[in-house]
Amino acid sequence: MTAHPADREPADHEPAAKHPDIASREWTGPWRRYDIVKEGVIAIVVVSILTVLLAGLFSSPDEPPLTFQGWASSAPDNFYATAVQELAGTSTSAGYGPPYNTAADGVSIGPIAPQQWFGVTHPVDTVNDFVITPLRSQQQSAGTTDALAQWDAAGPDQQAAWATAYDTALTTANGDATAVAAGDYGPVPALAQGLTDMASAGALDGILTSQGGFYQTDSTKQILFLGDGSALDDAATAAHLQGNTWGMMNETGSYPGQAWLWLYSFWYQLPQFNSDNPDDYLTSHADAIIFYVMAVLSLVLLLLPFIPGLRSIPRWIPLHRLIWRDFYRTQANT
Amino acid sequence: MGIRYLAGVSDPATYLSWGWLSISVPNLIVIVVLIVLFVLAIVLPFPKGRDES
Amino acid sequence: MTSTPPTAESEGGTVSGTWTGGLRRAWMSKLPPEKLLPDRQPAYVASWIYVFGVATLAAFLVILASGLVLAFAGPTWYHTSSLGLFTNSMHFWSVQLFFVFMVVHLWGKFWMAAWRGRRAMTWITGVVAFLASIGTAFTGYLVQTNFDSQWISFEAKDGLNAVGIGAFFNVANLGQMLLLHACLLPLVVGVIAVWHVLLVRRRGVVPPIDAMDTAVSTAPPVADAVPEARP
Repeated sequence: MTAHPADREPADHEPAAKHPDIASREWTGPWRRYDIVKEGVIAIVVVSILTVLLAGLFSSPDEPPLTFQGWASSAPDNFYATAVQELAGTSTSAGYGPPYNTAADGVSIGPIAPQQWFGVTHPVDTVNDFVITPLRSQQQSAGTTDALAQWDAAGPDQQAAWATAYDTALTTANGDATAVAAGDYGPVPALAQGLTDMASAGALDGILTSQGGFYQTDSTKQILFLGDGSALDDAATAAHLQGNTWGMMNETGSYPGQAWLWLYSFWYQLPQFNSDNPDDYLTSHADAIIFYVMAVLSLVLLLLPFIPGLRSIPRWIPLHRLIWRDFYRTQANT
Repeated sequence: MGIRYLAGVSDPATYLSWGWLSISVPNLIVIVVLIVLFVLAIVLPFPKGRDES
Repeated sequence: MTSTPPTAESEGGTVSGTWTGGLRRAWMSKLPPEKLLPDRQPAYVASWIYVFGVATLAAFLVILASGLVLAFAGPTWYHTSSLGLFTNSMHFWSVQLFFVFMVVHLWGKFWMAAWRGRRAMTWITGVVAFLASIGTAFTGYLVQTNFDSQWISFEAKDGLNAVGIGAFFNVANLGQMLLLHACLLPLVVGVIAVWHVLLVRRRGVVPPIDAMDTAVSTAPPVADAVPEARP
């Protein structure tokens, strides 16, 4: 008989006949009465009652989504500065790389560069998608209309020069538009202000959601734009949802989160993946490294029956003797 | 809203922290429940069945 | 003159040479009714640890039922309806119970080394079901259409983009995530779970480690029943 690799091999000092491979044979020992249908029905009833109780007592989390109106109303300076960054191409989205644009190469571990290989599959042009097209989509104040006309009349290089100059100047002024040094910024300040006004009035939410169409179910552009500013990040920090505070496991309100993600979340707590130095390899490549680590660990769990040592742990730490204590007692007595 | 639920569940959770370890009380409860269920399951006696030969 | 129908020949009561007959014979040898719907089980199956598999399945059914109601009413219904919020709560808590029961089941099966005796596929399908369930839950969190899903999609995109998956699995695309969550992934989890349960039924519950049944000597392994000839 060929032993199946997943079965335990008898220890070297024990003859094989002393531990015949019971596990792969039909059971010929004592049986007990069993009602599989009844067991299933009882399980469904009990679990349903438990669920109704929990749902009735505790309800479920439902924090309302953030809106551009909320962002622009509560943090107008931050919205304004983000709008400028979108025009200048210095926002996180603008410099992301694949799958949104070619502004960066994306993450690669040595020669493994799948982010680059798959390329831009969801093109996002922060200048037009986030700022210019929304502004053009509705009637604007005279100042914004003139700014748009000035922008359209200029070539891409001129547009980039204005936006970059203003972005730099605004950053130097710590985001205070009133303290920006004089310079040639073209229509950029007016465009950013126009967008901020549009957002505060609530018009931007609708425009970005529909994106010029009637039906639209892809929220990518809204999420990217929202995440470029501080509103989403601050709300997440307040709700303990940041990656380096076990956020992947957590939930809003006093609700249990995703405890099963504990190991995936764990790696993000290690200081090696969390340094303040953006050039640190482990930190800048954390997402890819941790994903591959989790993939390997999942494979280990999957192939556990074939891994010597790991598959013997239940034998070394015999919890099973508790589980099957009645059986072992009966076996010893016969 | 006609749903009454125990007060405070929509308030932010309490978090317990030891160094880099930080866990919300609700998550801790879930994990404790997991361990308790496992321990009870292997320790509690199971009803004797009607045997068949 | 009417033609007479072919008589069932000797092979397990099926007409020999037919694909259907072959399939039926194979099924009846591996999963005869007494294995599929047993009314007895080995005497060693006597511990509360054994209820967590069926408890997981029961929770899965509650998830499906509550999810079906949510599907009919659309993904934003529960924000403005108290019945909707209750249904969402049913779905939320049944998922929590599902994972609690599944993890206790996993722990039990590990400490029992339940992969022994040609049960490696049972273990493997179980782990795949676990991982697929995590993925299904993940898409569920993404289609809540609230702040949570905004944040989760914003964060998760980075991990998935870094390994190229984001190129075709767009967590910020509500339409894609909703369709995967409601249509494809529950089917995947369901199929794997059914396969897993059928494997348990076929092989039987794993005997205790070091069980010594003196009735079994050196007989070769008999994993499948011998089909009875039918008259």
